[in-house]
Amino acid sequence: MDPILLARIQFGANISFHILFPTITIALGWVLLFFKLRFNATGNEAWMNAYRFWVKVFALSFALGVVSGITMSFQFGTNWPGFMERVGNIAGPLLAYEVLTAFFLEATFLGIMLFGFRRVPGWAHTLATFLVAFGTTMSAFWILVLNSWMHTPAGFEMREGVAHATDWMAIIFNPSMPYRLGHMLLASGLTCAFLVAGLSAWRWLRQDRGEDVRLALRAGIWLAAALIPVQILVGDLHGLNTLEHQPAKVAAMEGNWETRGNVPLVLFAIPNERERRNDYAIEIPNGASLILKHKADGVVPGLNDHIGKHPPVAPVFYAFRIMVGMGMAMLALSWLGAFLIWRKGELPRLIAWGFVAMTFSGWVATLAGWYVTEIGRQPWLVTGVLTTAQAASAVPAGMIGTTLALYLAIYALLMVAYISVLFHLARKAGGAGTTPPPVYSVRLQAAE
Amino acid sequence: MELISNNLPIVFAGLMAVSILAYVILDGYDLGVGMLMARGDRSERDRMIATIGPFWDANETWLVLGIGLLLVAFPAAHGLILTELYLPVALMLLGLTLRGVAFEFRVKAQMRFQNAWDRAFIGGSLLAALTQGYMLGRYIMGFQAGFWQEAFALAAGFGLAAAYTFVGSTWLIAKTEGELQARAVSWARASLLLTLAGMIAVSLATPLVSPRIFDRWFSFPNIIGLASIPLMTGALFLSLWIFLRRMPRADHSLDLVPFLGAIALFTLGFLGLAYSFYPYIVPEKLTIRAAASATESLWIILLGAVFVLPFIAGYTAFSYYVFRGKARELRYD
Repeated sequence: MDPILLARIQFGANISFHILFPTITIALGWVLLFFKLRFNATGNEAWMNAYRFWVKVFALSFALGVVSGITMSFQFGTNWPGFMERVGNIAGPLLAYEVLTAFFLEATFLGIMLFGFRRVPGWAHTLATFLVAFGTTMSAFWILVLNSWMHTPAGFEMREGVAHATDWMAIIFNPSMPYRLGHMLLASGLTCAFLVAGLSAWRWLRQDRGEDVRLALRAGIWLAAALIPVQILVGDLHGLNTLEHQPAKVAAMEGNWETRGNVPLVLFAIPNERERRNDYAIEIPNGASLILKHKADGVVPGLNDHIGKHPPVAPVFYAFRIMVGMGMAMLALSWLGAFLIWRKGELPRLIAWGFVAMTFSGWVATLAGWYVTEIGRQPWLVTGVLTTAQAASAVPAGMIGTTLALYLAIYALLMVAYISVLFHLARKAGGAGTTPPPVYSVRLQAAE
Repeated sequence: MELISNNLPIVFAGLMAVSILAYVILDGYDLGVGMLMARGDRSERDRMIATIGPFWDANETWLVLGIGLLLVAFPAAHGLILTELYLPVALMLLGLTLRGVAFEFRVKAQMRFQNAWDRAFIGGSLLAALTQGYMLGRYIMGFQAGFWQEAFALAAGFGLAAAYTFVGSTWLIAKTEGELQARAVSWARASLLLTLAGMIAVSLATPLVSPRIFDRWFSFPNIIGLASIPLMTGALFLSLWIFLRRMPRADHSLDLVPFLGAIALFTLGFLGLAYSFYPYIVPEKLTIRAAASATESLWIILLGAVFVLPFIAGYTAFSYYVFRGKARELRYD
């Protein structure tokens, strides 16, 4: 098999696995801070119980994010040595700042946040929670700066085939960064909101109806209902920004083969790359022109402008529809749920099951969105500067294949373990009453 | 400024060395405790985990910083080293992954899986230690292929695992009391001897492999000043041995001493290696200066590092202060 393809699958598998966990922890850190602040303000122990349950989920998700992140820090070099050779002068400082300003901060204060409740004053524990949330968000900031720069590079010049920074403000605030960062942070908020709502709904359905469960359920639903319209708006702006800087990606998303006016919105089709057309298309006339150009006869750039240099159409096309479809489902369910909670104070069982079913909907939407933007960037790794093929390493295919199998096996195991443990924790929390047992010492006490 | 500018690669090599040394000591004790868990019963394991629970995450971050600095400041060396070590790196990552997630899963998973996660914790720690030592061995051998080179690298794997076990048991001496502390003392004595064997093997093999390193150490007058490194190391081994013979003590005021001794031991060993290989970053192949990336980017990183590292040191110290003394059970509430 082609070593470049294997290296891409390996890196893609690792980064896909990794992104799931920061997507939870970035927003969950702020949700925990919210619980803690509510506890500080009201003195209501239920907020603290909600904190204690969700901090476990945070710790578990954080650990999975850390270990897969460390793997990634090595794979930058092992899989894409050409990347650092060509653009290391820009990527290097951004990565270094992520380690220096985010990783140490979150990792150190996590210890105090998790285990320091009785060892430090209340305000210091709240501060530790804030610093962990702040650290995860800083980490997201730096890595999305780098990722955005790879999509829309700015503030540099090429000298002897190597990128040199000329303007760090232009590098950091590159054209797609604000949109991508906003889109990703909102994705994290939604992923976390549906996780909190879903797992709480499940506990509620199992007659585990303590006040902490109700508070978390409401918080999750309100957060989801508040964020989803903002996300749809930001996603639209992000799409328009992409149209300006990476038109081939948008053409693949829309399945638009020819540059022309009156382009329909393709709801569903099977893109046929060989014949360069869509089979079995279901379309809304003039839809794409209206969305992208705000005119029925607006001219939308098509894939024909980029023959041989555009991304594979089908995966981008499908992934985009999965993301948007998931967003619509999120909108419908969260608004329905928020309305019912507001009017009736409680969820009907069917709707509660709907939230259980949507527990991991944020993961699906986030991954689909990442596939749109990352596959949509191909064949470029850094737009106009470096192709993916140029960055690949000379490691033999057999070795990449072997390690890939190893990684896939371990990720599959961890994924099963993670999801089953989340539900196990939820089940156990219901049985344990209001004072949860100590974390690492359940057996210690039993033994003594 | 100009002095720094001209020597930026050296400054970064120093920063990287500090990160790697910090990693080896700090995650070394985590991994050592992880391997020693094989000897503990269930309640001892819980207490052993409690000594490292609040720290391991930050400890591991030094690896990310070290490898990040290698990647950022010396991309050419990074490419060479990681291509040579592709497979052991993957195995190390597997070990670190198992160890890291097992921290959480061993208490959060269903009862029937908890023992399996304990084994994953032990196995992951062992795998990470062995592969890191193996990579050190390959590095010392300049990545040459051959039976003796491989054998040496494998031996180095066991040597580093022994050294991690030693620093892990001294950490347990500092953070536990009673029966577990007494057991930690006996673990420390055994692993100290293995560590001594490992350090002697590396010290003999390194000058034998490279005539250049032989000259650096044994030419006159260098040898007079340099002799202090092995002499101090030897004296440290002896004093640690004698001190450990008198432990555990009823009075806990000196419980931190063996751990401090282990830090000194690691530092001396590291200095010896650093002296051997300077100015090379890839032994006999690539010098620090030749591997360095463009200066303007290194400046940006250096400014950030100089500004941020004191904060990192400060809040790390704060965290150790919060969790000072003998480890209590870890509770979320």
